[in-house]
Amino acid sequence: MTTTLTPPPAQRAGRAAKPAKAPKGETGVREATPLTYIGLSLALLFSAFPLWWMFVIASRDSAAAAARPPFLLPGGNFLANMERLFANSSANFTLGLINSALSSTILAFSVVFFSSLAGFALAKLKFRGRDAAAVGVVITMAVPVQMGIIPLLMLMGWLGWRGDITAIIVPFMVSGFGVFLMRQYCVQAIPDELLEAARMDGCSTFRIYWSVVLPALRPAAVVLGLLTFMTQWNEFVWALAVLTPSNPTVQLAINQLNESAFSRDFSLMFTGSVVATLPLLILFFVLGRQLIGRIMEGAIKS
Amino acid sequence: MTLLRRGGAPPSGPEPSGPGSRPPVGADQERLERRQTRFNHFDLKVSPYLFISPFFLLFAVFGLFPLLYTVWVSLHDWTLLGGNQGFVGIANYVKLVQDGKFWNALYNTLGIFAIATVPQLLLALLLADTLSRRIRAANFWRMGLLLPYLTSVAAVAIVFSQLFGTQFGLINYGLGFFGIDPVNWKGGTYTSWAAIAVMVDWRWTGYNALIYLAAMQAVPKDLYEAASIDGASRMRQFWQITIPMLRPTIIFTVIISTIGQMQLFTEPVIFNGGGMSGGTSGQSQTVMMLIFEEAFRFNNYGYGSAIAWTLFVLIVLFGLVNTLLSSRIKGAQ
Repeated sequence: MTTTLTPPPAQRAGRAAKPAKAPKGETGVREATPLTYIGLSLALLFSAFPLWWMFVIASRDSAAAAARPPFLLPGGNFLANMERLFANSSANFTLGLINSALSSTILAFSVVFFSSLAGFALAKLKFRGRDAAAVGVVITMAVPVQMGIIPLLMLMGWLGWRGDITAIIVPFMVSGFGVFLMRQYCVQAIPDELLEAARMDGCSTFRIYWSVVLPALRPAAVVLGLLTFMTQWNEFVWALAVLTPSNPTVQLAINQLNESAFSRDFSLMFTGSVVATLPLLILFFVLGRQLIGRIMEGAIKS
Repeated sequence: MTLLRRGGAPPSGPEPSGPGSRPPVGADQERLERRQTRFNHFDLKVSPYLFISPFFLLFAVFGLFPLLYTVWVSLHDWTLLGGNQGFVGIANYVKLVQDGKFWNALYNTLGIFAIATVPQLLLALLLADTLSRRIRAANFWRMGLLLPYLTSVAAVAIVFSQLFGTQFGLINYGLGFFGIDPVNWKGGTYTSWAAIAVMVDWRWTGYNALIYLAAMQAVPKDLYEAASIDGASRMRQFWQITIPMLRPTIIFTVIISTIGQMQLFTEPVIFNGGGMSGGTSGQSQTVMMLIFEEAFRFNNYGYGSAIAWTLFVLIVLFGLVNTLLSSRIKGAQ
């Protein structure tokens, strides 16, 4: 019921949208009219404007947000605002950035690793209870476990993890969504003969996973890693519950600015927003095409 | 699958069980082979379970256990400082039914869900239809529309909170040109719903449009050709072919939106300056914010758990009803 993956027809997905279209719609596809482009431009303007506004105000002084007519171009104050941001003692921005970068990176790798391990087993190995386990994974995806947040916090207290970033890492080191995604991709992208050949060469099961399966899963792994990084970077409820302002994530640091007396200082808050958004934007521009390919390929199969 | 049944002697070596003509390889080699065989047997039997165990272990400890324990806590008078103060039966649920704040939060959550989701999905369908034409630089437009999906939620909520400011917000500034007096977005129930719904839609419309676009491209083209030969208008084709063919995808996005929207938290919290109460009269407090307020601000775990479990049941029910309704409505066509 959720997004699934199909293996890319050999590199096609990433590189070219136009060749991908050519075989499909010689007759059925309608031509674009000027109205099409006007509509798309409006949508794009709406999508991009809040981000642009964020950069504009982040690069000006604290009175800029109230200026009339409003500024529409960036100013020269961005570095000065950055200095103020990192010097702000209540926000703990530096620590927040480190915590977010660390936890998101660890989780991206760990979710890819454990999900592909389980996905491989569910797709390609034969063992008792395999089908039940595969169904179980799908069911877990439909359960809103976030509603267990109160006992989860109590559990963190018993483990002594409250206030520590261990608490925002360990519980999320593998996801049902990831396992499901990787299983689908394994089924379609990895021929049995390949595994058999490796087995004949005397490879252990883990060795097969590591040297044969994992490299073949790379396209799906990149997207899962990106989505995991993004989700963790954006995590708010759980971080707010279990961490403290003295050891925040970047989202909590922003919230701290928003809550405190600085909340009328929009250039400071917007600079914080820029710093919190920039890593995601960079990742998006590097990997966005793959992500689009994946979202769209997945949608058809659902 | 033979690869799983394979005994596993090294390919170059002879079978240990081979007929008496054992080559003179020496005892060392033989022991090594036997150990190898035993390892392979173990490897084949146990590895699959080792591979899937991290997921099921973590889910059991950090997902399922807290969820079920929520029910237990909700049946007790349980606070942060005092711990478990004893079994109280359904007292917390009785309190919940009589608690105006709960009904208000539920009303807000459902209201924001409704005014956010309906326009969002319609707009996404429209955008997908536009994107499905033969356009130049298709990837550029797609990336542009997906941009909001990949930004920091809290950061963007801050920007929108400023845009919706009463005095200095650009939105009121823009409305001023049409002679509309400044709106106190945060102050009113429906105005704050609208502001929050805009934040949610800004983030998710493009994402859903891409999903619909993919589904539209998978619709067989000859269906449209046949329809246009029969003289069906574009509009009619859209409603009679595209929408029914997209049914599974639409149901999927509705369910995902339901699960996400019922837990709406970040946007309204940031919009209210980090507070959990949702404004002076709770006009934009969602159920998730109420859970957070009761459990972690007032340290009332028992009551917080009762709300959390109720929301859990509501999400599951809502998901089921959605699925049923969507398939019923479309199935009737």
